[in-house]
Amino acid sequence: MEYEAVIGLEVHVQLATKSKIFCSCSTEFGAAPNTHVCPVCLGMPGSLPVLNEKAVEYAVKAALALNCRINLKSIFARKNYFYPDLPKGYQISQYEEPLAEEGYIEIETEEGTKRIRIKRVHMEEDAGKNIHGEGNDPYSYVDLNRAGIPLIEIVSEPDISSPAEARLYLQKLRTIMRYIGVSNADMEKGELRCDANVSVRPKGSDKLGVKTELKNMNSFRHVQRALEYEIERQIEVLEEGGEVVQETRLWNPHLGITETMRKKEEEHDYRYFPEPDLVPLVLGEEFVERMKAELPELPDDKKRRFMEEYGLSAYDAEVLCADKALADFYEEAVKAHDNPKAIANWVMVELLGRLNKDGRSISESPVAPMQVAKLVKLIDDGVISGKIGKQLFDILYREGGDPEVVVKERGLVQITDTSQIEAVVDEVIKECPEEVNKYLAGKTKVIGFLVGQVMKKTRGKANPRLVNELLRKKLDELKG
Amino acid sequence: MKLYELTLTQVRDLVDKGEVKPSEVLEAVVGRIEKVEERVKAYITLTFDEAFSSVESKKLGRLSAVPIAVKDNICTKGIKTTCASKMLYNFVPPYDATVVKKMKKEGYVLIGKTNLDEFAMGSSTENSAFFTTRNPWDLERVPGGSSGGSAAAVAADMCIAAIGSDTGGSIRQPASFCGVVGLKPTYGRVSRYGLVAFASSLDQIGPITKTVEDAAYLLEVISGKDELDSTSAPVEVEKFTKALTGEVKGLKIALPKEYFSEGIDPEVKEAVLKCVRMLESEGAHVDEVSLPHTEYAISAYYIVAPAEASSNLARYDGVKYGFRAEEYTDLIDMYFKTRSQGFGNEVKRRIMLGTYSLASGYYDAYYLRAKKVRTLIRQDFERVFKDFDVIITPTSPTTAFKIGEKASDPLTMYLSDIFTVSVNLAGIPAVSIPCGMSGENLPIGLQVIGNFFEEAKILNVAYAVEKRINFRENNSPNLD
Repeated sequence: MEYEAVIGLEVHVQLATKSKIFCSCSTEFGAAPNTHVCPVCLGMPGSLPVLNEKAVEYAVKAALALNCRINLKSIFARKNYFYPDLPKGYQISQYEEPLAEEGYIEIETEEGTKRIRIKRVHMEEDAGKNIHGEGNDPYSYVDLNRAGIPLIEIVSEPDISSPAEARLYLQKLRTIMRYIGVSNADMEKGELRCDANVSVRPKGSDKLGVKTELKNMNSFRHVQRALEYEIERQIEVLEEGGEVVQETRLWNPHLGITETMRKKEEEHDYRYFPEPDLVPLVLGEEFVERMKAELPELPDDKKRRFMEEYGLSAYDAEVLCADKALADFYEEAVKAHDNPKAIANWVMVELLGRLNKDGRSISESPVAPMQVAKLVKLIDDGVISGKIGKQLFDILYREGGDPEVVVKERGLVQITDTSQIEAVVDEVIKECPEEVNKYLAGKTKVIGFLVGQVMKKTRGKANPRLVNELLRKKLDELKG
Repeated sequence: MKLYELTLTQVRDLVDKGEVKPSEVLEAVVGRIEKVEERVKAYITLTFDEAFSSVESKKLGRLSAVPIAVKDNICTKGIKTTCASKMLYNFVPPYDATVVKKMKKEGYVLIGKTNLDEFAMGSSTENSAFFTTRNPWDLERVPGGSSGGSAAAVAADMCIAAIGSDTGGSIRQPASFCGVVGLKPTYGRVSRYGLVAFASSLDQIGPITKTVEDAAYLLEVISGKDELDSTSAPVEVEKFTKALTGEVKGLKIALPKEYFSEGIDPEVKEAVLKCVRMLESEGAHVDEVSLPHTEYAISAYYIVAPAEASSNLARYDGVKYGFRAEEYTDLIDMYFKTRSQGFGNEVKRRIMLGTYSLASGYYDAYYLRAKKVRTLIRQDFERVFKDFDVIITPTSPTTAFKIGEKASDPLTMYLSDIFTVSVNLAGIPAVSIPCGMSGENLPIGLQVIGNFFEEAKILNVAYAVEKRINFRENNSPNLD
């Protein structure tokens, strides 16, 4: 039987506010343990939470960017459970009335654009971190620097049908969060965390299968691998006549398998109830409108605009818009020289290729948009050939400099003087009688070789169009 | 008159005029404590050293070096705050509660931290993990609770005034049993920051004093919106003392029939009605009204309060501060043993009750229903206050009971709060004042209940009664 997977993701995104969600402690990463703490985030007796306005702004912006409906009144709730990294014995979250609901994002799959619906977005506080002693150290330690860092939880509908789509969804979320500047959303740093609900069912069926929840996937690659494994595992269970058990499973990245963490009966009863220490979060229409107005152009809008304005393909536009800095780089170059398609090629092929190889991001690019624009302009003006362009790009990337000056100083200017090229053409015709004869016998494809010879002799500087023209003229004369 | 017998406003006047030195008042109060504390046992911690070392350097403010006692569930920086629990036997807060900060600013002198029922759960101080406080009027009897230590200390002149907290009557019932004045302000009037939470939506800090004027005066100092408490109300702090005219002509007084029915001690009923008749003879209008949902108040209270408590007390897990069991095998075992050994029976009973009523599957039937009853109770009051200025009731159905009399019967104990809990559920203010003596020479308390933020009105009615019956001038506990 053929099966299909049904996947829903629960994603936590750390908001990049300067202070924590319910106190004024710093959110700075990497400080010495328990140095960014106070009575509130330590859960000391008598301390009370006060909501950080910036966190609300960021959360609302994120929800708007995910096309959600903002609930003008939402309430905080306590999620009760015991764990050493949870200082109050409960996490302040939102439950029955979340900040936002009913959104969606679009991903670019091989079959085209697909919409993934978002069920809800709510605000909550992060927990601390347990650190277990290594070697002979029998103790466990608790670091509460992270306790109280603002998070949003983004819950998708089960609209994702493959591990690859899950990855695209996460990448798109990251892109959006970075665009609007509310989070760096780096999975490796835990700024974006993902749990997955996954089930399988016979292809075409509209009944949902029994799902499992997957945890501990710390990168896009791991999410994809864990889902691939789990889907296969569930199919195998069903094929063997068994039943999938509803449970929480942990991804083991070393073994590449998922393992039972706890069964359904062992699930916590979180005993949610409205947080009495906080008043309901009531937002004004104007506030929401202001947040909307403050949003920059979102990735999908930018992508559509790139396609229309610059005539780019969906794929090219998607690549360029995946990173706001890259899109900005591209547009700056296009502004300086109006050849959007050529510039897109140079940016995507030469620049990105080089940056990826060096493990650099676009913001660390040694080449500036103006340099790329000038380079393309030099080609378009016939000052240099495309081939020389690559050579020039290499120089710009390694040594920098003004493209026009570099071209002049290094003598890279294309030879467009017909008499100069003619002399070399004559030389080549004399030196390659065999190929010339082939051409005259009708094997005209051999002209490529002859062009190559001319280019070699001029060290790539001859204008290839002129070389071609002159060669054909001379050879045709010989024929005649 | 002895200095320790002075009221707060008297001490302030004498100190301000330079007729008495702050250290003289302090010495008098310390002397009194040394004489009677052994028998009354009102204090968990005495802070004589801090008091003496700071008394002369206090800058004169509204509390000019006045020795004040603070209930031991209110955080005092650098001074143990135990909540009368083994769980916090060694807890020293690194911060002051907002009320303490405000009193410090006005030059108060902390004389000690008073006994209470563990985590304020009880009506007699018999649930203190350390010892039971005695009623100064009859040392065989309870002082009431949970602020029994504060009420007893005021009644026995072991402080000039005291601070308590009231979740279901914990200021008013002990004030009534000890023949002093106790005010529970409107929810939100006084910041809860630094008050160790029992039931966050019901808890409120208030004064316990020798006179109504003192209560009004102390309320002026401790009230006000606090940025650290989101539930504190942005309401202007009035000059409550200015409202004390004693004038009741035209005042509309409601007597809820549910508060004068069976189950009430006839002596209590008669004493309260006598005062009401007196006010009537002064020109007040008196009418019987009905608060029809009164009979559900205790049930609703014992769902809401334990539910919040079960969550509020989750932080006492042995991980961060306070008590931790000495021997344990692993994390779960550490939790079990710490909480089993650290909490007393009543606290455990309420944690279990609350945990149960919040459990998934029971939430709607208990917690949600109790919240609805709460709304009905509030609406009962709102309806009455459309036509009346204040409501007068007995504070407690009885006078102080004997130590041990109800200790083994929690239900009977819970019923001693029957006239006070509705006020907390509704969030409105109420004050208890002594209104007479029983045949057994025990004080009887009268409660004046007002609409939201109408403390000035209820204090004036209380003042009118106080002025006419001269309780303090005619009665005092005999501890000599």
